[in-house]
Amino acid sequence: MTQSSLPLPQIRALGETRRQDAWWVQPLLVFLGFSAFIVYSTWAAFQANHYWFAGGGANYLSPFYSPEIFGTSPHALFGPKPDWLPWPSFIPFSPAFLILWAPGGFRFTCYYYRGAYYKAFWGDPFNCAVGEPGFRGKNYRGEHKFPLILQNVHRYFFYIAALFIVLLSYDAVISYIWTTPDGGKTFGIGVGTLVLTVNPILLGAYTFGCHSLRHLIGGKHDCISSCSAARQSAYGCVSALNRRHMLWAWLSLFWVGFTDVYVRLCSMGVITDLRII
Amino acid sequence: MPPVTFRISRGDKTSTEFREYTTEAGEGMVVLDCVHQIQSESAPDLACRWNCKAGKCGSCSAEINGQPRLMCMTRMDMIDTSQPVTIEPLKSFPLIRDLVTDVSWNYRVKKSIKPFKPRKPDAPDGTWRMQQKDVDRVQEFRKCIECFLCQDVCHVLRDHHKHPEFAGPRHFVYTAALEMHPLDTEDRLGQMKHEGGIGYCNITKCCTKVCPEHITITDNAIIPLKERVVDEFYDPLTRLFRMFKPKK
Repeated sequence: MTQSSLPLPQIRALGETRRQDAWWVQPLLVFLGFSAFIVYSTWAAFQANHYWFAGGGANYLSPFYSPEIFGTSPHALFGPKPDWLPWPSFIPFSPAFLILWAPGGFRFTCYYYRGAYYKAFWGDPFNCAVGEPGFRGKNYRGEHKFPLILQNVHRYFFYIAALFIVLLSYDAVISYIWTTPDGGKTFGIGVGTLVLTVNPILLGAYTFGCHSLRHLIGGKHDCISSCSAARQSAYGCVSALNRRHMLWAWLSLFWVGFTDVYVRLCSMGVITDLRII
Repeated sequence: MPPVTFRISRGDKTSTEFREYTTEAGEGMVVLDCVHQIQSESAPDLACRWNCKAGKCGSCSAEINGQPRLMCMTRMDMIDTSQPVTIEPLKSFPLIRDLVTDVSWNYRVKKSIKPFKPRKPDAPDGTWRMQQKDVDRVQEFRKCIECFLCQDVCHVLRDHHKHPEFAGPRHFVYTAALEMHPLDTEDRLGQMKHEGGIGYCNITKCCTKVCPEHITITDNAIIPLKERVVDEFYDPLTRLFRMFKPKK
């Protein structure tokens, strides 16, 4: 900022540090956690089946496939995939591909995830006070230049992610409505209902603790006291969630994957959904 | 406590080496106490900057076992003394001698940031009125003791040597304190985006982790500033709304 370089020692080598603690554990766990989720969610998205469960009158839809815009399940909003929808022939059609880019983009551009995967996936740096890959050196671009400057799109992904919370809450609500053998509707609760209910709660705690929302809802104002009482309360709530953003990020990531696993296993007949009420 | 061995970096900008010193570390001692003891026992020429010994002046910043810390706030019972304890100077600034670095670059950067520019006084006697909740937010940033541990651990300065184009976390905290101040009318967002290089920050949160004053640097200062920069330079919708918003 003062336009002058400082006479500093040579840039350190990859992994060079005098830290004596196990600094590599945290980035390794993050790498394994994210990798496991990416591999599983990609596999699940390619399956295009076993993503809903209606056994015993249940009404469950996997969050990886919600909203199901075009598809073959009873949850499809507009029926099967229409012919006019262009689709590359080398990829089998899956309703998940139509929607997963949105929550995926939200998480990819999330401030917490950015810091975490910069460390875990491309060692930028691997951990605090640990040397980086030497090739980067003074050519480091950060989020100052293309391509990572595009991370600034995060707030637009938030707008879409907030809509998904509404849709997943709807899925949770309708999971309480069970179909009777004679085709009628009745209130009911199964283990899957609880799984689907916890999902939007955790996702909501993560999504509504977003740094961009915190800014938009009140952080951008220097005089928050001049805002309406509702806005001040909202800013307080978002800030409270934001303080545990990392925790909500991990819990919601795990639970959304677990919800898909649960619905899938029920649908495949591997496990039986226990009806509580 | 048995005698503790320290490996302390000695030398100047031309060459450095580690030298080992052994001293007794009594109950309640901090690393700075041990360094002073080594000075009095075996290395009177060991250069070390210190002042308050209470974690408030920010002078005794160093790297203890590779972790940026204040020597006066690092108790000996916090660290593993079964193997030699390494003490080095800060890595992001030029070395003067032994554990002393030249941190004057930080003062030059701070001077270049646009100063506080209050609005017109609210009362005829030249005073202002503010709500407590509005100043609470910037109060956190005023806890900074300018120890520059955050600057030291920031990989943009430490590993990429981006000093000419990056202000560093300490100065983002300083700018946030000014930008979010309820009385301030100056606009520093352009300065932070261009000369301050706030986009170089990739949110590793290392600055927050090492802050001895526990300032939530990344979440409360840097990210809000980044979001304000997005408002000003990148978000087309916000820019559109601003065109139709009446000027204050």
